[in-house]
Amino acid sequence: MNSTGYISRIFGASPVRPLQRHFDKAAKCAHKLPKFIRATFREDWSKADAAREKIILLEHAADDLKRELRLNLPKSLLMPVSRSDVLEMLSRQDRVANKAKDISGLIIGRKMVMPEAIQTDYLAFLERSLDTVTQARKSVHELDQLFESGFRGAEVDLLMEMTDELSRLEDQSDDLQVHLRRSLFAIEKELPPIEAMFLYKVIDWTGDLGDIAQRVGSRLHMMIAR
Amino acid sequence: MELAIFYIILAGLFALFMAWGIGANDVANAMAPSVGSKAITIKQAILIAAVFEFAGAVLAGGGVTSTIRRGIVDASLLENQPELLVFGMLASLLAAGTWLVIASRKGWPVSTTHTIIGAVVGFAAIGIGVSTVQWPMVGRIAMSWIVSPVIAGVIAWLLFTSVQRLILERDNPLLYARRYVPIYMFLAGFFMTWVTVDKGLSHIGLDFTTLQSNLLAVAIGLGITAIGTFFMLRIPYQEPEKRDFHFVTVERIFGILMVITACCMAFAHGSNDVANAVGPAAAVVSVALSGNVTQEAIVPIWILIVGGIGIVIGLATYGHRVIATVGQNITALTPSRGFAAGLAAAATIVMASGTGLPISTTHTVVGAILGVGLARGIAAINLRVVGSIFMSWVITVPAGAALSVVFFLILRGLLG
Repeated sequence: MNSTGYISRIFGASPVRPLQRHFDKAAKCAHKLPKFIRATFREDWSKADAAREKIILLEHAADDLKRELRLNLPKSLLMPVSRSDVLEMLSRQDRVANKAKDISGLIIGRKMVMPEAIQTDYLAFLERSLDTVTQARKSVHELDQLFESGFRGAEVDLLMEMTDELSRLEDQSDDLQVHLRRSLFAIEKELPPIEAMFLYKVIDWTGDLGDIAQRVGSRLHMMIAR
Repeated sequence: MELAIFYIILAGLFALFMAWGIGANDVANAMAPSVGSKAITIKQAILIAAVFEFAGAVLAGGGVTSTIRRGIVDASLLENQPELLVFGMLASLLAAGTWLVIASRKGWPVSTTHTIIGAVVGFAAIGIGVSTVQWPMVGRIAMSWIVSPVIAGVIAWLLFTSVQRLILERDNPLLYARRYVPIYMFLAGFFMTWVTVDKGLSHIGLDFTTLQSNLLAVAIGLGITAIGTFFMLRIPYQEPEKRDFHFVTVERIFGILMVITACCMAFAHGSNDVANAVGPAAAVVSVALSGNVTQEAIVPIWILIVGGIGIVIGLATYGHRVIATVGQNITALTPSRGFAAGLAAAATIVMASGTGLPISTTHTVVGAILGVGLARGIAAINLRVVGSIFMSWVITVPAGAALSVVFFLILRGLLG
């Protein structure tokens, strides 16, 4: 006789753990950036290559998790959150890893080294953007408690606080970005013009990291609100 | 009636066969919400199932048995050929048992209730004549198949929403769980007792007045609450700061409620589904003993006991393995969800059994799980599988009917 019992088949796989694991990978990928950037400051290109290699590996790992989760989310699932919210959050999470890969790719491709005058500021700015990613990751890790409490009450308030904190961090990283641009502007005449152009680009993309992380949080809001 | 003893033995054997099939397969689906939540071990689940399935069958299985025995076929039209009813009921038992074994082997979701009703209607309508079927009753039964999952779903939705409101959404869910879970324990104990006693235990020689049955229900409800609260207080209280473990402890409290729910579910399943095996056998026995088809008597208790024994044998020989696999496969139901789904299903089934309506346990359980899902309680429910379970009766009813017609013609050819 068939012994699986058909009732057990009506339960689909919960998207919570896969979402969390995916963002863990994506965040880890982004967190490899400081090591990579420091290596470029020292012009130690073999170290930088090694760090870049890890970033690419983690980005691929996140991609695999993304594909797997998408395959496990057929349209016939009844979930407490809407399927499109889950998919949208997944693709936002994924962009954190993509952005980290793009930043490292641009820097390594052009063998860019930041002017010493902005190195410390850039690192501080990068760390702040990564703080935003970390905060978003914490919020995503509240998802299982949120599912457990059935999307109501104290747990929702807690998540709202966490995403408020996320916005604050993002604001701070924006301030740092403005400051950094100003510093770069002050010295840009001394730099080769193309180099300067791409430095602005790197700063932009680093700012995007925090931006994307914040959007992950705002998608969490929409999930709760349904 | 000649061959009376032969018919009775045959009916007993066939009923045992079908009850075995129910115990081997159907119990696992009925117990799924309970074992899936890991609140009870597989061994405990099997023990609970054995005891309460048997109790449900014997104490509360009479109403549905009567419906199947004489509610569907208009026996007065068969007064001159009582053996036709005997052949038909025997054929129905064989057909349903065979179909259940085939379907279980293939892993098809079928309902024992739908199969046996299809079989009884089938032999009567096609084997004897369309007019012998009491169509209004069949209509009522068919309606109940649609209504029961809906009712279970609504109750489950209400139960789980109340759990959310009263406990889960609080700042300190543990505190409120300790406060409100005993009330749910009382509700479960009170309701199950009240329905069972209220619809009459006259077939085991107990008759209660309304006041007596109310008092008994309150007493049993309070007793269950006391035992449950005792176990609940043994779970250490934690300050809400340890948030990660907080919900884990809350679920442990619901785990105790889950044990009570599992008992209710096994009792309800026994009360409804044992009748599927016992109903036709009861018809055979009453015709064989009295020689006429219209005799009005309550279902003899020994037939209910045979059904109960069959279910327990099915559990012991095969059902325990199915329960174990089902328990391992369901991880989505935590005790707070499993309790809402299980209690809603059990309440619906016992109410239906009280009015003598044979409903499908599986469909009711699925309806209850959907209800919890709609209250945003379950991470993911695969609606395609739900659809296939609900649609299963489309093949089950005619399959049961076709098989029973074949067996009916064979039996009439051999014995008639």
